[in-house]
Amino acid sequence: MDILVLMKVVPDVVEELEVGPDGKSLDTSFLRTILNERDDHALEQALLLKDKHGGKITLLTLDAADIDDVLFTALAKGADRAVKIGGVESAQSTQTVVKIFGDVIAKTPGLLPADLILTGVSAIDDLDGLMAAPIAQQLGWPYTGVVTGVTMADKTATVIKEFAGGVRGEYDVPTPAVLGIQAAEKPPRYVPVAKVRAAMKSATIETVDAPAVEAAAGVEVQQMAKPQVGGHAEMIEGSPEEVAEKLCELLAQRGLI
Amino acid sequence: MAGNIWVLAEASRGQFSEITFELLALGREVAGQAGAPLEAVLLGSNARELAQKLGAADTVLYADNAALADPVPESAAAALAQLIKEKQPAAVLVPLTNISVDVGVVLAAQLGVPFLNYCKDLKAEGGNFTATCVLYGGKMEAAVSVSAKPAIIGVLPSARQADAGRSDKAATVTDVAVTLPEQKLKFKKYLEPAAGDVDITKQNILISVGRGIQTKDNIELAQELADVMGGAVSGSRPVIDQGWLPLTRQVGKSGMNVKPKLYLALGISGAPEHQEGMRGAQLIVAVNTDAKAPIFNIAHYGAAIDLLEFAPAMKEAVAKRKGA
Repeated sequence: MDILVLMKVVPDVVEELEVGPDGKSLDTSFLRTILNERDDHALEQALLLKDKHGGKITLLTLDAADIDDVLFTALAKGADRAVKIGGVESAQSTQTVVKIFGDVIAKTPGLLPADLILTGVSAIDDLDGLMAAPIAQQLGWPYTGVVTGVTMADKTATVIKEFAGGVRGEYDVPTPAVLGIQAAEKPPRYVPVAKVRAAMKSATIETVDAPAVEAAAGVEVQQMAKPQVGGHAEMIEGSPEEVAEKLCELLAQRGLI
Repeated sequence: MAGNIWVLAEASRGQFSEITFELLALGREVAGQAGAPLEAVLLGSNARELAQKLGAADTVLYADNAALADPVPESAAAALAQLIKEKQPAAVLVPLTNISVDVGVVLAAQLGVPFLNYCKDLKAEGGNFTATCVLYGGKMEAAVSVSAKPAIIGVLPSARQADAGRSDKAATVTDVAVTLPEQKLKFKKYLEPAAGDVDITKQNILISVGRGIQTKDNIELAQELADVMGGAVSGSRPVIDQGWLPLTRQVGKSGMNVKPKLYLALGISGAPEHQEGMRGAQLIVAVNTDAKAPIFNIAHYGAAIDLLEFAPAMKEAVAKRKGA
């Protein structure tokens, strides 16, 4: 079976984020990006399906700093082809990214047909939409999101979708289909650096030019700021032992220990 | 402002989710600002009686169709799209839950309009809407103007108090007819969480671990602390995704909503999806090396230290006190 995985990078929130000079976007001068965690799970789900059924995994992403590392790592894990879309300004709205992906999917040879298109169900910068549903709409394929498991039999994908409180639902989805992955059935696999280096030597990353698309409208950021918080924890200072002592005292006062 | 304010009611297996009432409370404010009626939309099958509970809305539009009995987003979105075409609301407030988010994104895709995500507050101003949205895992907030028509707004849980959206008044229910296409997606069954594990919703003390725990082996540190404190170990999404704790221990949007007497968050950053499941805890204590982690904004006490050093120290301190 053939699977197309759509990926993008997002700001690494482990780093301190700052607002840029325009007051309505992130300061990108020192911004470190990482693969959207849900996209990493989409890739893992694709690899698990390939392990079981064979076939080919194609990666499609927007060009970005460090994107080659992301793609070579994915190739080393078992993906077969990597395509990046060049000439896209960073920090595009999700709706615009959808249009770019949609156009490239339709026009780049060999991306279709596919049995499944997998992508992360959401990303921390998805302000004006999520990726999978509008891609499905454009292709006329069925869609389901918040997926945590996929089994293939004939032309039907049986998917598990998360609800709340640990309750999940099981659905049959005819393929081809677009799935928004919340989590793969197993954690994303580890790949040794040596294998990534080998992929860098043997594999190539294709680049296609970004199509001219009309910028998405209807949602406009006026201002961005760090959240004004109503409250903040009373911070306990000291060594781990001192913090533990003080906390014990507080908990004992409340009858909790 | 032309057009009414709609709230998509979320009912799962015969019961409204709390967020339905939270959205009615928010929707009431927005409708007041817009000078427009507030309408709740309930999609279901044999659920007319349930619609009575939505008295906080001026009207409940109730669509009854066998295809709406199960949670199939494409059917719900198709029903909503028909109603929107007919009645032209200005905005549709959609619960940002795992059940309803798919309805919102499919609906927006069908209508060719944006789906505003991560909204925590909304106002109607001068013919448009202004929203406050939580981005980058809670590290930034954006003030956003929404001019799309209709405005499809995904609203986070806890935007308002649910009680403010409840009413003793029986709702005025209007039946609306929808014709739905054949479903591509077939709902087969619900899968219940595995029984037999610790029920984290019934614990007085939860030691909850996040990404900061780093390895599966380190879970043992949390377990030892839980043992000495008389609690249980729970976790945030990354820990469950890694397979270090079972699904039954997950706190947050997809997992459990917990309200223990003490929630000790170790190495949890406190993304909005996690906060959803634990903000009701009586006492929240957070330990995280990142002093700016959002968890400290809702915790009562905090320490910016490494949980791997804190957990053994805390275990010893508690054991000493209990032994004394």
